[in-house]
Amino acid sequence: MSMTTAIVFWLLAWGMNMQLARSGWRDHRLVRIFVPVLFGVSLLVLWEAAVKSFNVSPVILPAPTDIATRFMAETATLWEDFVQTVLKGALSGYLIGCSAAFLTAIAIDRSRFLTAGLLPIGNFVAALPIIGIAPILVSWFGFDWQSKAAVVVVMVFFPMLVNTVQGLAEASAMQKDLMRTYAAGYFQTLLKLRLPAAMPFIFNGLKIATTLALIGAIVAEYFGSPTRGMGFRISTGVGSLSIDLVWAEIAVAALTGSAAYGLVAFFEKRLTFWHPSQRQ
Amino acid sequence: MTRLLPVLTVLLAIVALWYAAVAPMNIRQALDMAERGGAVVVPEGSRVRSETSVWTLMAQNTGEIARGYALDRPRLPTPVQVGAELWKTTGEMALRGRAFSTRSLIYHGWITLQSTLFGFALGTAIGILGAVGIVYSRTMEMSVMPWAIISQTVPIVALAPMIIVLSSQLGIEERAVPKAIISAYLCFFPVLVGMVKGLRSPSREQLDLLRTYNAGGFASFLKLRLPASVPYLFTSLKIGVAAALVGTIVGELPTGAISGLGARILIGDQFGTPLAIWAALFAAAILAGALVTLIGWLQGLAMRRMGVRA
Repeated sequence: MSMTTAIVFWLLAWGMNMQLARSGWRDHRLVRIFVPVLFGVSLLVLWEAAVKSFNVSPVILPAPTDIATRFMAETATLWEDFVQTVLKGALSGYLIGCSAAFLTAIAIDRSRFLTAGLLPIGNFVAALPIIGIAPILVSWFGFDWQSKAAVVVVMVFFPMLVNTVQGLAEASAMQKDLMRTYAAGYFQTLLKLRLPAAMPFIFNGLKIATTLALIGAIVAEYFGSPTRGMGFRISTGVGSLSIDLVWAEIAVAALTGSAAYGLVAFFEKRLTFWHPSQRQ
Repeated sequence: MTRLLPVLTVLLAIVALWYAAVAPMNIRQALDMAERGGAVVVPEGSRVRSETSVWTLMAQNTGEIARGYALDRPRLPTPVQVGAELWKTTGEMALRGRAFSTRSLIYHGWITLQSTLFGFALGTAIGILGAVGIVYSRTMEMSVMPWAIISQTVPIVALAPMIIVLSSQLGIEERAVPKAIISAYLCFFPVLVGMVKGLRSPSREQLDLLRTYNAGGFASFLKLRLPASVPYLFTSLKIGVAAALVGTIVGELPTGAISGLGARILIGDQFGTPLAIWAALFAAAILAGALVTLIGWLQGLAMRRMGVRA
């Protein structure tokens, strides 16, 4: 495919998107999905044509079709790496870190003093490049997935803590008073008023944490891992110039990240349907 | 004062916890050192000790616990050790006039800061331009916005080595360029989202008022939308600059960079000098704090200039 065809295709796709964006269908669900997909496909076509027509060496940038072929050929390796990095490292760290932060938030929420002390510190730590502690934790917990999970725990803890504490402060004094007139105790108020009110914040924290969890698990593997895992494959793939395999791993990481984010967003929609930001 | 007291208390508690954790973390190493030095250690031999729990070891060798607080290469250094290392590689070197020698963290911090600011400027520019495009073109909004969100769910670190390979293959020798691209990638999204919100913040009435003044699209952009977006911009710039620093350090970590705070962490790991890692980590934290504070200060200045009362 020549570069001109690709550019013409891209222009046609953009024109069609413009038509769709102006048409009466623009708020239809299918159109909302179709427009960005068409845009993405037209970019891939541009990439493919650029690589093929300028004869870019596959060592520099492989074409999307080459990456797809390699992806299909290496599914066993990719799955092994996925299990090691995502299911063992990132997911276990994510679950431990998020639930620890959630429980800590509920515990410190009872004391105004602790909240006032921890919130600024948590906010500060959440902005730090915590990823740098990866080598320390790898030397503490060994090369296998436990150290990756530990890095993930530390990375997701503070954003999750800060969001949950803020969410728990969300219920208004009026609402709390109403609960008191119902003779509700601490746990009833927590369960029926404050936790539901905190849900949008908690989900925000969970969303931030999904991305951080993948980043943490992959970076920690650069500092030592058994001979499997996405980070391991990427760093060795770059060294041995099997760039198409690296891109296949990147595709897996991208799909995993988007899917995890989508999953959290799905539950958010289900559980916080009452919130203004979720109403149609 | 009422806000400072709780923060200080929590900080103090963290430091106390840290000190308490040093003893069990370092006891094995301390006992190994003591045994090599000829002291009597119960039980003997590090092989035997590796099967005993640290609490038993501490209970049986109370005399040797203190040794764990003064190791050269501790598993967990004390805050004082980290502070001393930080001072040794910054202030002390600056006093001797060697602030920019390759052993000084000032030099490495400066390298990191340069890429961070470069990436921050790039990311902010992309974010603002993208936001203007999204606010003014429906097609842009519908086709680009979902990808901007998806781009943030892609773990950039997976791409980092690729970006570095690509730019070196393309003949870009400068180490700072790929790092800046990575930090721009992390930094553009908060700016984009904040600016879209900000540019859309003027109300219908305000936009209508400008129309009654016969203001064109460009005039209403310059005189209403842009000023209205400034508070949103600064808030997202604070997040953006922190993200840019994370991006630079991530760009330095896995790539065999020689200079920069991330490279200090990497080298500290390879040479087994935990103190160097901890000092570089704290230097990065101080840098992040300074950058965020600086933008907060600029925000206050800009808001006062624009006539907003704090």
